[in-house]
Amino acid sequence: MTDQLTKTTLSNGLQVLLKEIHTAPLISCWLWYRVGSRDEVPGRTGVSHWVEHMQFKGTPQFPASVLDKAISREGGVWNAFTYLDWTTYFETMPADKIDLSLRLEADRMVNSAFDPDEVASERTVVISEREGNENEPLFRLGEVVQAAAFRVHSYHHKVIGDLADLHAMSRDDLYNHYRTYYVPNNAVMAVAGDFETEAMLARIQELYGPIPAGADPARLARPEPDQRGEIRLSVEGPGETTYVQLAYRFPAATAPDFFPLTVLDSLMAGPSSLNMFGGGISNKTSRLYRALVEKELAVSVHGGAQATIDPYLYTITMTIHPQRKAEDALTALDDEIKRVQDEPVSPDEVARAVKQARALFAYGSESVTNQAFWMGYAEMFADYDWFLTYLEKLAEVTPADVQRVAQQYLRPQSRVVGTYIPTNTGEAS
Amino acid sequence: MSRNRQSQTVNPQSFPGPDDIVRTVLSNGITILCRTNFNSPSIVVSGYVQAGALFDPDEKLGLADFTATALMRGTQGRDFQGIYDALESVGASLGFSGRTHTASFSGRALAEDLPLLLDLLSEAMRQPVFPDEQVERLRAQWLTGLAIRAQDTSDMASLIFDQIVYDGHPYGRPEDGFPETVQAITRDDLVDFHRRHYGPKGMVIAIVGAVEPEDAVAQVTSVLGDWQNPGQPDTPPLPPLEPLGETVRRHHAIPGKSQADIVMGTSGPSRRDPDYLAASLGNSVLGQFGLMGRIGDVVRERSGLAYYAYSSLSAGIGPGGWYVSAGVNPANVQKATDLIVEELKRFVERGVTAEELLDSQTNFVGRLPLSLESNAVAGALLNIERYDLGLDYYRRYPALVHAVTPESVLAAARKYIHPDKLAIATAGP
Repeated sequence: MTDQLTKTTLSNGLQVLLKEIHTAPLISCWLWYRVGSRDEVPGRTGVSHWVEHMQFKGTPQFPASVLDKAISREGGVWNAFTYLDWTTYFETMPADKIDLSLRLEADRMVNSAFDPDEVASERTVVISEREGNENEPLFRLGEVVQAAAFRVHSYHHKVIGDLADLHAMSRDDLYNHYRTYYVPNNAVMAVAGDFETEAMLARIQELYGPIPAGADPARLARPEPDQRGEIRLSVEGPGETTYVQLAYRFPAATAPDFFPLTVLDSLMAGPSSLNMFGGGISNKTSRLYRALVEKELAVSVHGGAQATIDPYLYTITMTIHPQRKAEDALTALDDEIKRVQDEPVSPDEVARAVKQARALFAYGSESVTNQAFWMGYAEMFADYDWFLTYLEKLAEVTPADVQRVAQQYLRPQSRVVGTYIPTNTGEAS
Repeated sequence: MSRNRQSQTVNPQSFPGPDDIVRTVLSNGITILCRTNFNSPSIVVSGYVQAGALFDPDEKLGLADFTATALMRGTQGRDFQGIYDALESVGASLGFSGRTHTASFSGRALAEDLPLLLDLLSEAMRQPVFPDEQVERLRAQWLTGLAIRAQDTSDMASLIFDQIVYDGHPYGRPEDGFPETVQAITRDDLVDFHRRHYGPKGMVIAIVGAVEPEDAVAQVTSVLGDWQNPGQPDTPPLPPLEPLGETVRRHHAIPGKSQADIVMGTSGPSRRDPDYLAASLGNSVLGQFGLMGRIGDVVRERSGLAYYAYSSLSAGIGPGGWYVSAGVNPANVQKATDLIVEELKRFVERGVTAEELLDSQTNFVGRLPLSLESNAVAGALLNIERYDLGLDYYRRYPALVHAVTPESVLAAARKYIHPDKLAIATAGP
């Protein structure tokens, strides 16, 4: 049965999700760890991401020089991502080569070397990654907006970490983080593609079963208190272009309000695609595009909703028209927010948002890699049922729900408004 | 599951070939390529017309791209909001952009909405009206895009690289133009460019996804079969490219940035050159394979100088660039360029080993199922047509790849790369 999902937990706590898809001779294997920048304290910001880099530096069985060639040689692709709540590693391989991926991930769950020379070399690589990010005005702006929105919660800092910590962290900081969080009882393995479930499960049991469970990692528990008043800030930097980013408090992915807010995002700013592979669609008929871009106050506007464990942020980012002022764009945006708070949206607009979500799901299901991605990703902040019932839950949203969440969440008192002020007036030569 | 790393179990008969690609040429010259894929309820439509930037006058550089982008700003039947309302209401997308040789288009939709997508494609290409207000709005957006480009170290290093390597050649001109050339373009220029260059001659359209080929061909025929433009000129031939006589270094200063980008190299083969595959496999060893080949190993893994360092071969109709890209701390630009020059010297002096070549050969063949998995196959079909590769190309591909020898890679490396005659472009503080 093609769409049958098998979900089980090994005795050491490793969760396993398997889905047979026989459309192409491919298998995609994702190993997810419940660790991200939310688990980092000042002094060790960026440690989760740096540990992810070190996982490509080899083990006694798969030294770096072997590791980096083994997957490519077989025609596979692999990568890793670190985010607020999770770190994930994936390989998509020709179906008959997936065993390499299974062995590699089992091995580096426990045996990564964290050689001090490699740590030193990777320190400058990660710093270089951060310097590349800092070249981007929207990174500079987003970093201070995020920090202002979270004074207490560890969502305060960027995943890449602060430069001071990237300079100061030691090999042992990295290794201890690895040993604490890279345990089977803190991991989810999701495999989709051209395999037989029974044989795949047996092989996973054989490779991962012997890995001992560790202590369940302790979690930081510092909920962000309510924000009591709008925060306005600015960042200056090179360029000719002004950007404004607004950040509103957004609920956790498991909160019932997540779904009416998803509809609200879709009709205000165009649908946010949560697919890692598969792309999105344009937003030129969204309310904010019409009010800001069509009125020539901004040249672009985008919304950004995220599915997270704890309440995070809903951002609206505007690129201001070169002949207009940021304040004028903000006034027009506030008028649109007031309109959606005061007047119920039409049922057609809700139905439209649902159809858009259905199309994005179809694009995402074109690839085995993206299907396997969703199986593990949904487990990081909810469970796979969250994904399976997503469209149904959107379809249940009513115009009254949308109006209520607009009133409740899009309040000026609980937002951060950040402006990137460009310091150049002409093109450099 | 096989553990034999040398086994190559890819079945070429599963790739697109003459028995499952439908290719039809309409009487007005439009070539249609279709391949069915019912794995997902979606379709992709992409293709091109002979209306690229080669026709741009120097003083109005950007005209082809501006025209292509403006097609969707209003047609005889629908205004801007009407066009995007039709698309976005069903979660579909459609976009045009002007490239050097052609203007290309790409769209996707749920299969049930293919008729709508083709109607909009036809309307945009055949009946655009270029409303004054929309043209000026688009121009302001365009100029903001160019202002952002002027602040992007990676974009500017690439632009400077092209200007050095392709001095006096059309490939030295950015398709999106410069602020002064975009300011010089009038609405009449757009109308005139469209009237002269948009037509069925040389147009190619690929449709992939959940639709039967006969149905797709019938739908394209019904909306585009009667299109005529008797005056449509042929695309002008490319002038010969004058090779560099010595290494040329140029730095583009962008004050206030934290990282510099390097783009350095030369021009390579065109896609149809007989040594294209040898150069491409050589490039894989040089700066792609594993964690970005030898370049990644030297610049990132061993020296810790960069987050990204890799080489690219961008062969097209004419001789595309063959270059190394890296983002480094401004203090390390000289060190990184020296290391890269040393690697290029080693590459042309000693070529690649048989083992390195075999690694890249198995990678090229092994990754085919993944690259041809989803509706991205549309791009593969367009390549077949654009470069006259033959409908059986992907079936022959494994044999073509394995026919390349270390000697043919060395010959290609020496033919194109002269380490004492490089373009070295940098952009940063």
